[in-house]
Amino acid sequence: MSITTPQQLEKLHRECRAKRERDKKRVIVCCGTGCLANGAAEIVEAFHKTLKERKIEGFSVEAVKETGCHGFCEQGPLVVIEPHGTFYTHVKPKDVANIIDKSIADNQVIETLLYTDPVTNTKIERYPDVPFFSHQQRIALRNLGKIAANDIREYIAVGGYQALAKVLTSMKPDQIIQEMTDSGLRGRGGAGFLTGKKWRTCASIKDEPRYVICNGDEGDPGAFMDRSIMEGDPHSVLEGMMICAFAVGSNQGYIYVREEYPLAVIHLQKAINDCEREGLLGDNILGTGFSFRIRIARGAGAFVCGESSALMKSVAGEIGEPRAKYVRSVVKGLFDKPTVLNNVETFANVPIIIVKGADWYKSIGVPTSTGTKAFSLVGKVKNTGLIEIPMGMTLREIIYDIGGGIINDRPFKAVQTGGPSGGCLPESKLDLPVDFDTLTKAGSMMGSGGMIVMDDRTCIVDLAKYFLNFLVSESCGKCVPCREGLYQLHRIVTRITEGKATEADLAKAEKLSDAIVLGSLCGLGQSGANPFLSTIKYFRDEYLTHIREKRCPAGVCKALIRYEINDKCTGCVACVPACAYDSITGEKKKLHVIHQDKCTKCGACYAVCTYDAIDVI
Amino acid sequence: MVSLTINGKLVQAKEDEMLLAVIQRMGIDVPATCHHKAVEPFGACRLCTVEITRPEWDGWTKHVTSCLYPVEEGLVVSTHTPQVIELRKTILDLQLARSPKARYIQDLAAQYGIMRTSFEEVPDGNDCILCALCTRVCDEMGFRAISTVNRGHGKEVAPPLHEAPPDCVGCLACAQICPTNFIKYTDNGDIRTIWDKTFEMLKCEQTGQPTITRAFAEYLTKHRGIPENYFKLGDLKHRHETAATMGRVALWERQEKV
Repeated sequence: MSITTPQQLEKLHRECRAKRERDKKRVIVCCGTGCLANGAAEIVEAFHKTLKERKIEGFSVEAVKETGCHGFCEQGPLVVIEPHGTFYTHVKPKDVANIIDKSIADNQVIETLLYTDPVTNTKIERYPDVPFFSHQQRIALRNLGKIAANDIREYIAVGGYQALAKVLTSMKPDQIIQEMTDSGLRGRGGAGFLTGKKWRTCASIKDEPRYVICNGDEGDPGAFMDRSIMEGDPHSVLEGMMICAFAVGSNQGYIYVREEYPLAVIHLQKAINDCEREGLLGDNILGTGFSFRIRIARGAGAFVCGESSALMKSVAGEIGEPRAKYVRSVVKGLFDKPTVLNNVETFANVPIIIVKGADWYKSIGVPTSTGTKAFSLVGKVKNTGLIEIPMGMTLREIIYDIGGGIINDRPFKAVQTGGPSGGCLPESKLDLPVDFDTLTKAGSMMGSGGMIVMDDRTCIVDLAKYFLNFLVSESCGKCVPCREGLYQLHRIVTRITEGKATEADLAKAEKLSDAIVLGSLCGLGQSGANPFLSTIKYFRDEYLTHIREKRCPAGVCKALIRYEINDKCTGCVACVPACAYDSITGEKKKLHVIHQDKCTKCGACYAVCTYDAIDVI
Repeated sequence: MVSLTINGKLVQAKEDEMLLAVIQRMGIDVPATCHHKAVEPFGACRLCTVEITRPEWDGWTKHVTSCLYPVEEGLVVSTHTPQVIELRKTILDLQLARSPKARYIQDLAAQYGIMRTSFEEVPDGNDCILCALCTRVCDEMGFRAISTVNRGHGKEVAPPLHEAPPDCVGCLACAQICPTNFIKYTDNGDIRTIWDKTFEMLKCEQTGQPTITRAFAEYLTKHRGIPENYFKLGDLKHRHETAATMGRVALWERQEKV
């Protein structure tokens, strides 16, 4: 059936909502990539199989929903029983029959499947009471874990495409742009450019055709915000793009997704096909005369293709190298035509801003950074996962309230935000509010939303080396400061971790960084020295310890450490088989010895010792 | 025409010109290793970076690559500020670490007082400075036989799959534009070899002198409309006559279109 008028859409919305409300209970099985990897597909299958044999009054197999990512992947596979919100973690296929018997047919709770809060060590029954979720405010991720990811009717049931109908029937393009400008929404891809301003510039250029592109080339190590949205709520991205296209006068859109996100590509393509079938994409949408089509362009996974000009070259089938943007891509972008490029999360915010209004959106967050921001909170925190918080929340609240603090309650050392070219902030900056301008001022950046927490066992020099190595291999290699400069910077930092550098090398690295920042062609290069610059800013002493004392205080840099057994050793012999190199000897119940000539410093013995008997020196 | 100030001198420039063209016309020596008038500006070497400002910017300055920055009325340009010179030195130092034996880079670096690189020499370095002049001239010629492949520090110029490039006609444009003579070829009068591909040479029917490769001649005949007999004779009189005919044909075609 094709929807040809706004009234038909409204009718379908009421039908779908009524159908959704008829289900007395809904079973939400998280089918994000994380949960799927942990076996969520088998759980869905088990539900289908068991429900075939076992009929339950008022509950049909259709009420089992395969949703997008809840964000709490480390607890997966997750199953939630709505509307009560019973929250089951680490569910296995063999648990399914039990869940059906107890929690669906009856209202019992299965204690063993409940989540244990690592801070209070108590079991928590309901999803909204879990601290990881209760401190969040979900706008861009509003539908994740709520609706079936792959069903346009579910999206319509919760009010999907109402914003599209609203703009097409009652708003002029100029009003839409004004609404976006008033909302203060800034680009979620990292640079934080005002979305309304970008749209206005594009709409004002007298050149056609104009293009709308969604940047789904999320490439930061450890970041999966955009992936989750594309997989779990693809229609919100499409709707945001359609509204943008109507506002700037475009008839053709592209979504640039990396090939490493196969599920995102499948779900987006299904969403596009469904929209075309229902008449929400194509010619004369909702009978208003507005026509728009979306195609998926798949990237081969080059990090630099997240940069606007490189991305557009890649979409056009050329080598993904950036160009100098003295003429901006909003003026001369894809195929040299005016182009709006926004990030996935930005587009996902658009429909709800249109429905609820700019004033509502502006009331969330802080005046210069309105709304919320999704982060992937990873590293040495107790609760890792995908989160969305109002702008202005402090780093401490994020790490301790949502993240539950540092694993094993070790001391906090630093938090890295903004992806590889972002920066590291020390403990003294923990009370900074998270917004675009504050993070930049502190020497880090918002970036697309990666947040990596580190404890005292993370070596900051080693971390800088890791990110520099990433950038060296992801530089496109076009311009000299980025290609050769980052390579040499990585070499110097590597020498520091090997204890082979001098203080003159450090000064040289700082001078080289200035040249990389000043001289590079694109944003990747210009921020490429940040892993070094931001760590030297707050952790110079740690660098100097490596150089002067040839010592790695965190016990990470292999060339500068050795493992030794102290007198706490009970001779339990656990470390002996753990060592793959036979470098530990000793008799049972007697002090063991590590033979340094054979030791490769892999740390396996350190990991298995339960008596704290191995020192890193 | 627009007027702008470069190193304190007021100069005039055509509206669509790039800063570098004006700077070079003034006789100011700004290095630009990836720049060549035969191809579009690229902005890869970053050596032609200059500092720009405007009176209304209130002392704020920014750095741009002059090869790509279009002239603007009232722009104030400085080509040799201490910061810019420092940047050029670092870039040349880096290029020297990659291509220590390239005479072209050695000479440029020496002009900036760098006799040898202060960085670690790149283990697999060579004379290719990755200016991409060769690949861009190949694009301009219409062949696209070679391109840059890989990314980051592993970037190199190569034919597809590192095999003899099917689209190469042996025109030698890549080798001739290469500033460090890194692209090697052999030519014994009968056979030319480049990119592991061999080409038969055409010869002047009167003098026996080799002219161009057969593949190149066939390409020009097919795609550019140059008559076949043009390549049979190497003497200038014959060529001028053919060219004049072609000119008339071209002129006639143009008038037809109008």
